[in-house]
Amino acid sequence: MPSLKDLKNRIASVKSTRKITKAMQMVAAAKLRRAQEAAEAARPYAERMNAVMAGLAASVGGSDSAPRLLAGTGADQTHLLVVMTAERGLCGGFNSTIVRLARARATELLRMGKTVKILTVGKKGREQLKRDYAKHFVGHVDLSEVKKMGYDVAQGIARDLIKRFDAGEFDVATIFFNRFQSVISQVPTASQIIPATFEGGAEGASALYDYEPSEEGILADLLPRGVATQIFTALLENGASEQGARMSAMDNATRNAGDMIDRLTIVYNRSRQAAITKELIEIISGAEAL
Amino acid sequence: MADTMQFDLVSPERRLASVQAREVRIPGADGDLTAMPGHAPLITTLRPGILRIVKADGGNDDYAVTGGFAEISAAGTTLLAEEALHVSEVTPAIAKGFVARAEENLRAAKESGHQDLVDDAAKLLADMVAMGDHIGIS
Repeated sequence: MPSLKDLKNRIASVKSTRKITKAMQMVAAAKLRRAQEAAEAARPYAERMNAVMAGLAASVGGSDSAPRLLAGTGADQTHLLVVMTAERGLCGGFNSTIVRLARARATELLRMGKTVKILTVGKKGREQLKRDYAKHFVGHVDLSEVKKMGYDVAQGIARDLIKRFDAGEFDVATIFFNRFQSVISQVPTASQIIPATFEGGAEGASALYDYEPSEEGILADLLPRGVATQIFTALLENGASEQGARMSAMDNATRNAGDMIDRLTIVYNRSRQAAITKELIEIISGAEAL
Repeated sequence: MADTMQFDLVSPERRLASVQAREVRIPGADGDLTAMPGHAPLITTLRPGILRIVKADGGNDDYAVTGGFAEISAAGTTLLAEEALHVSEVTPAIAKGFVARAEENLRAAKESGHQDLVDDAAKLLADMVAMGDHIGIS
């Protein structure tokens, strides 16, 4: 049976924990709003980009002159998994769900006899994958210094990927991230970025466009941008998801702490009363004995 | 024929403008072009330069763009810019930053030894400098 003093300390410590989780929840809520706005603002660009490229790809894709970023290397041997996670923990299952998806994909590819390379973005994914896949790591992008997720970050990653692709380091690149749906629901998503794939597909009207300088020229110019745009979208979705996941995780933690404080307070009051009763009995029986 | 069209200017980070425009002067890769309502559908890449929007009320709006592409269709014109700033926001420091980055590219291209890349980078640098001059004057 813990003493009264123990219980008191315990309650005080849970109370301060609750204060911290409450504060983290509020910070996450504020950041979530900003992250959502950023993701929202980036959407028109990504959508137009996707539509134009899908149209171009449909008209050029069949020919032999199609750029390698679109047509691929013709092989399917070496896969690069780009695992995008957060720099920090305490955000519920956010990092684990991405890692689990990536791990499942890596296991499957290895079983099929493919070569797997892993590039991690964000510290948490690296830590979780290190134990099983350390020998597959080819690089890491540190985002801890990044204050605001800008397009230049995505461009940097895209440039790195394209350089590796040109050097023949891999045939297929897939990014893993959490797509933001709501505060309580983030969907871990795998999306192939090299060779380029397009959501939706081409609209019929695209063939009517004139192209300056030429279809191939524009496509060659756009494909690297498309890669950067897809990475940027993924980074933003991930950012919003991270804050959403953290917010709900911290909300749960705050509620749990509240419940715990209630329980501990009841135990504390009971033992206090028990002690008083015991003292009273001692006094009364002492008086009677006289 | 309608005398205005929908014009959208978007960068990866945000939507900069969405207005009704009478005409839009676009710094295309193969030369400047002006898009007016009813222009034939066209997709072109951009070089760094000044984008001028003539709004429905006749007023002008200028933006400095560093690259990207424009899509002109019957429904309107959409310009996807890699980076775009309203000219009033372009300070000498930013303009210098653009030029410095272009110079950096040129140096990297020279090291790589591909003549195509060197030419591209040199052209980019010239465009950046020209853009800076233009803003300096206006």
